[in-house]
Amino acid sequence: MKVAIVAGGAGALEDVVNTIETEVEGEPLLRLRPRRGWQAINATELWHYRDLLWFLAARDIRVRYKQTVLGVLWALLQPVAAMVIFTLFVGKLVKVPGDIPYPVFAYCALLPWQLFSQSLTQASNSLIENERLVTKVYFPRLLIPFAAVLSGLVDFAISSVLFFVMLWYYHIGVGPAMLLLPVLVVMVVITALSVGLWLSALNAHYRDFRYAVPFLIQVWFFASPVVYPASLVEGQWQVVYGMNPMAGAIQAFRWALLGNVEPMWTMLAASGATVFVLFVGGMFYFRRMERTMADWV
Amino acid sequence: MSKLAIRVKGLSKRYQIGQRVNYRRLTESLTGMLAAPFRRREKQGDGHFWALKDVSFDLRQGEVLGIIGRNGAGKSTLLKILSRVTEMTEGNVDLYGRIGSLLEVGTGFHPELTGRENIFLNGAILGMKRPEIRRKFDEIVDFAEVEKFLDTPVKHYSSGMYMRLAFAVAAHLEPEILVVDEVLAVGDAQFQKKCLGRMSEVAKDGRTVLFVSHNLAAVAQLCTSCIVLTGGQITYAGAVPGAIHAYESAQRTTATTGSWQNTVADDGTQEAYVERFELTAENGQPRDTFANSETVCVRIRVRVRQRQELLKVGFELIKASTVVWRIHHVDTVHPMEPLPVGTHVLTCRIPPHLLNLGEYLIVPQASIHCVKDVMKMGEPVLRFNVQLDPSVSSFHGILNERNHAGVIFPLLQWDAEAVAERP
Repeated sequence: MKVAIVAGGAGALEDVVNTIETEVEGEPLLRLRPRRGWQAINATELWHYRDLLWFLAARDIRVRYKQTVLGVLWALLQPVAAMVIFTLFVGKLVKVPGDIPYPVFAYCALLPWQLFSQSLTQASNSLIENERLVTKVYFPRLLIPFAAVLSGLVDFAISSVLFFVMLWYYHIGVGPAMLLLPVLVVMVVITALSVGLWLSALNAHYRDFRYAVPFLIQVWFFASPVVYPASLVEGQWQVVYGMNPMAGAIQAFRWALLGNVEPMWTMLAASGATVFVLFVGGMFYFRRMERTMADWV
Repeated sequence: MSKLAIRVKGLSKRYQIGQRVNYRRLTESLTGMLAAPFRRREKQGDGHFWALKDVSFDLRQGEVLGIIGRNGAGKSTLLKILSRVTEMTEGNVDLYGRIGSLLEVGTGFHPELTGRENIFLNGAILGMKRPEIRRKFDEIVDFAEVEKFLDTPVKHYSSGMYMRLAFAVAAHLEPEILVVDEVLAVGDAQFQKKCLGRMSEVAKDGRTVLFVSHNLAAVAQLCTSCIVLTGGQITYAGAVPGAIHAYESAQRTTATTGSWQNTVADDGTQEAYVERFELTAENGQPRDTFANSETVCVRIRVRVRQRQELLKVGFELIKASTVVWRIHHVDTVHPMEPLPVGTHVLTCRIPPHLLNLGEYLIVPQASIHCVKDVMKMGEPVLRFNVQLDPSVSSFHGILNERNHAGVIFPLLQWDAEAVAERP
């Protein structure tokens, strides 16, 4: 049976906006039942809400730049400051493979690292920061950490520009491996998202994680080859080392952009596998916690 | 009979005590898990409470269902489950149509974003798609009357403009089932009227509406049927007048006499916290019955945590389910400075010969003007009686509440002037 829904405008009747088909006393459009345990990922629903994902990400980005005086400069300040400090204090101690200047060596790793740490921080706090949304409206909660990691990409894009300026300054050319860069960026974002899914859901339930995240990121930083080359780790230890997904990603970044290191495929494969497990696990864990998130946040 | 819109069967929701109030700490959870096997089975209900228990009802298309009940009766929980914000513990719900919920006006509005950006963001949050928002954009802007400020961040909006814009977006949602929670509690009278108007338009279009409110007049005006929730259960379901009557008689018994102590613990997050309400005579003596020739003193003990220009603390005076007045400490003969941080006792003096005879209820209220409530306004907490002072009128013994109509009973000046000597 056809039911026409007529929308009233500001006082005046509007044209027919929505025509839907409904069975008389037939199947309900939606059944709500208490669910237990693990839930499947509802991809159709996520797709339906894709607009919201962009709006949320756009909001995060706009707000970040609107509220700051220095605006985009912040995106540069952090990696540049880190690069200067590492060059001054660590650069002397570490032997960089090839003849890459240490600032370029460090900055090349700081790019994915900043993207990762920033996205992870945003994603971990995302549910708490969007508490009002979570407790007042329904939409797939997965969108919140998703949007949070997306907003980190803008800072990444800005800081990348400086990297290419540096390459030009030091007369370093890039090879065809650079074409793999988008894939690597996606890998870093998914890594941040995977860990972010776990942490955001845990953060909503246990606020301890609010304090644990900065600590975790700090430890993770030293466990990743940002200030030192990944070649410090040798032999079969590389697989173990690669289980830190950022190790594989950063090494691959250096390979793709500087070409002075071996790609270390086994390490990258170990990283990829770890990300896959973290991501799938994170999605399902998040879905499991999603049902009653509004009661906890 | 029209078609079914919602069927709710045996709906229950259990909360752990402490949930929503305090988040857990991981360590507590871990120790709880470790201790679990050693713990004796505790009695049912220990550590848990049922916000909803076995709630069932059917709602047909085109109906407007009012849901009334005290704070904590489960109204919001019911709406949250229907709008899928949270999930039930038991029972099931069938929805025969797209559901849109409006549990708060302006959810997701960001002060830094412009009006235009917020319309799109808020629309998407409420479940609209981009083309749908674009199509309704002009209409929304018209309704909100903010054309000139579309590209201004909403933090520069007046609170009235902000509310209008927020409501405008929500009002242009077109679900078949609309769920609305207490949105009318904020904003000025004109805004409330506009909201009510829009809601009845929605209802006239044949869409189904669920409406939670403390505003019984609005419920009576809008709703075609009504349920009363008490302690998570439906205690009345049926026609609106009957529901309102049932709610009121239940309410009378909740209001105490003399003094009321806030039982909701101060969670420290609000700018102010109302500790206590007390009714006394002019000499400070607590009372629950006053002669109409006496001053009624309403004393409010309030803890101010943050000096706020717009903080207002006061109460609603209710007689026979009609609001006699809503008044705050800022509505005063001698305006006072904003309350400094600290604990204060505000005294409101209701002068003699103002209130008519009868029973009155007091509903506490505290808010940041047009921004938010710092105390959720809900049920009457105090009641008192005004009786005739026999010395005022020689009609004493004849006058009582029933045969002396009117809300107020002032002593006015009357003069008699002889104009002719014979009739």
